[in-house]
Amino acid sequence: MRKTRALFALAVVGVLGLTACGGPASGTAAGTSSSSSAGDLSGTLTVFAAASLTDVFGDLGDQLMTGNPGLEVQLNFAGSSALATQLTQGAPADVFAAANEEQMAVVTDADLQAADPAVFTRNALEIAVPKGNPGGVTGLADFADPDLTVAVCAADVPCGAAAAAVFADAGVTAQPDTEEEDVKAALTKVQLGEVDAALVYATDVQAAGDDVEGIPFPEAEQEVNDYPICVLEAAPNPEAARAFVDLVRSDAGQRALTDAGFRAP
Amino acid sequence: MRARGNGGVPLPLLVPAALAVAFLVLPLAGLVVRAPWSTIGPQLAQQEVGQALRLSLLSATLATGVSLLLGVPLAWVLARSRIRGRSVLRALVTVPLVLPPVVGGVALFLVIGRTGILGRPLYEHLGVTVPFTTAAVVIAETFVAMPFLVISVEGALRAADARFEDAAATLGADRWTTFRRVTLPLVAPGIAAGAVLCWARALGEFGATITFAGNFPGTTQTMPLAVYLALQRDPEAAIVLSLVLLAVSLGTLLLLRDRWLGRGPGQGVAA
Amino acid sequence: MTLDAHVVVQRGSLGVDVEFSVGDGEVLAVLGPNGAGKSTVLRVLAGLLPADAGRVVVDQDVWDSADRHVPAHQRSLGMVFQDHLLFPHLSITENVAFGLRSRGMRKATARATAEPWLDRVGLADLGDRRPGELSGGQAQRAALARALVGDPRVLLLDEPLSALDARTRLAVRAELHRHLSDYAGSAVLVTHDPIDAMALADRVVVVEDGRVVQAGTPAEIARRPRTDYVARLVGLVLLPGTGAGAQVALDGGGLVAVAEDAAGPVFAAIRPESVALYLERPAGSPRNVWPLRLVAATPHGSVVRCDLDGEVPLTADVTATSFAELGLAPGVAVWASVKASEIAVYDR
Repeated sequence: MRKTRALFALAVVGVLGLTACGGPASGTAAGTSSSSSAGDLSGTLTVFAAASLTDVFGDLGDQLMTGNPGLEVQLNFAGSSALATQLTQGAPADVFAAANEEQMAVVTDADLQAADPAVFTRNALEIAVPKGNPGGVTGLADFADPDLTVAVCAADVPCGAAAAAVFADAGVTAQPDTEEEDVKAALTKVQLGEVDAALVYATDVQAAGDDVEGIPFPEAEQEVNDYPICVLEAAPNPEAARAFVDLVRSDAGQRALTDAGFRAP
Repeated sequence: MRARGNGGVPLPLLVPAALAVAFLVLPLAGLVVRAPWSTIGPQLAQQEVGQALRLSLLSATLATGVSLLLGVPLAWVLARSRIRGRSVLRALVTVPLVLPPVVGGVALFLVIGRTGILGRPLYEHLGVTVPFTTAAVVIAETFVAMPFLVISVEGALRAADARFEDAAATLGADRWTTFRRVTLPLVAPGIAAGAVLCWARALGEFGATITFAGNFPGTTQTMPLAVYLALQRDPEAAIVLSLVLLAVSLGTLLLLRDRWLGRGPGQGVAA
Repeated sequence: MTLDAHVVVQRGSLGVDVEFSVGDGEVLAVLGPNGAGKSTVLRVLAGLLPADAGRVVVDQDVWDSADRHVPAHQRSLGMVFQDHLLFPHLSITENVAFGLRSRGMRKATARATAEPWLDRVGLADLGDRRPGELSGGQAQRAALARALVGDPRVLLLDEPLSALDARTRLAVRAELHRHLSDYAGSAVLVTHDPIDAMALADRVVVVEDGRVVQAGTPAEIARRPRTDYVARLVGLVLLPGTGAGAQVALDGGGLVAVAEDAAGPVFAAIRPESVALYLERPAGSPRNVWPLRLVAATPHGSVVRCDLDGEVPLTADVTATSFAELGLAPGVAVWASVKASEIAVYDR
């Protein structure tokens, strides 16, 4: 519903505001340590990020604010496609981090980026099963077992697209009981024990804690999602935006991502 | 007849009323304007559209049926019985109105999910699971929509003159006969209005359905779910689907309305 | 068949405690002002309201007692309400047949039984109409047919005429009288209109503030009212006092000369038309002459009703002509006289 509203909101202003102008190129995005506590950043920094980045970006945002007392970081987490839609409808933001290249392409097709997006991390699928694995799931082939209740993401959302590719690679004809609207919804059903298995991201399994067990599978390696990030052309606070991107790509940022289950780019 | 140039509506009412109409109708107009009319034919021809529409109509109608069957008696209890804790009961049954539907869906899992309070024995002893079935869609929609019916019918019952029920009792009718032959016909318009509200709410239900019933074409993917997912991929397709849902529901409501209005005079409820 | 009732029930601040019995074929009017508890008594008799104490017995059948409450729908009774309460969604025939149907009669039989009753109340041609299409009088006649069709043992009428306009009331009252005469069970009529009570009832109980203040035949009530309320209803001024020979010493002060000897606590009742008014003290020294003050005057048909205050508060009816000739107006001092022979005296 939220998306519908965002889509049809008559936010023309934002779109018009995004005029062309070649911003600084990828040079600033190079992993220098400009995220060090310079302490001179101020104003408000608005980051639109894929929902799977909630924990890591939350921490990094706090870190940046600690180093820059004058800075206020506002994080907007949602599905990448919803965020992309909001951006093309003129939502004001400084940074966009997507969970796949396709949704970033929606933004770059509209020429909203200040610099070319860079892949800053990667995420692979994993099988999530409820604690104790009541369905006895061992691998991807179990998704074809009609006796098991299994969930995948709908093909329209990134995790569903990845799942479809994985099944195709593995030659498995999945028989899902439900095609979830996003990865968190799929994970919720695992947490509640209502499905025997769901195909989600490794980071989601990590974030879900003890209720959920992850089962890695070899086919996942062929369909790893790249996460691109970019500063937006219309960024009200480009300096802070660049600092945030640098922080994400710094060693500290990368460590935080790896700890959360992400893979190095 | 006091109708004049502006239909007899005083200006202080006319202006806000017109604003309200604009507020409610303009977004609809936006959908119509933005609809990709050139490709609407192929969009509609997609198998999933018909499937989702059929499922939506079927499940909303079933949910309304269940709501009538359970909700009208509940409304009677709330309006007429003298049981204790009635106001608490009323507050409880309207909880689904304020509960975010997604939470409602999770709550349904906790009760009749595979590991739920009632669902677990059902699954362990009979091998029956409710979630991810069409029945789950109906349950989720009923959960969210029934309070609308209960509240309308309770209001109608309170407004209806209870002395008709006294009259029926003095004519030898027990409470059940009185309910059937006097109360029910007296509040029929209220029940109809409640059923329409309930049906409309069920038809548009999204959160509880996608949570509790999941989303699978043909089994649990209703129109609102199809619209939501289409939005991820192709906003124009989403607009087309929304318009289909709107057209079908508006058409149904107008058709029913004509039927009721066509019932002629002699319907005047005595004050 | 006899209805014996002792109804004790608390309704808000009003405590009702009323006892009466109604014989076979008898019509009892419960007369009283609004809020006296009359309708409450009727609702208890109907079983619509549980009594706090007392008992309701019809012949040998206990309908209400300390340990028994027969619900309304199991009592053999018919009830007519003030505003008919015909079911708006049913035709007149269906309304009349309703009681038969709910007591298990088949639809066709019930209709066949109902139709002669429609005929009897003069609605034979209107059976297919809805209640909304009937006039007030027609609707109330249909309601009467609906109450009587099952031949109930008890008939309860709750202000059956008070919602009707004056002309219709006259016609429906006459018709009601006819049906009540034919009715074999016990009938209880609740009304605040003394004319209804006088015209329709065999006996009257007057209820004020939840208590029976007087009971008797309509004629007794009319001749010898025992409360101000009843006296006003029947158009009398009631003066309580103590008899001593041919004089009554009024409780409120003053003496009234009467024609017959009286002793002990008595009422002296005076009809307003027997009170004569003068501007000067009348000559010939009649025994009952009081100087009074006119406090209010209201036209009452061809006469003007004058409320008088003073030692002996009275009401006098004078013709409009005399009223004008005497130049009466509120505040004017007058002399009032009443012949001793015009004053009724009876024990309190």
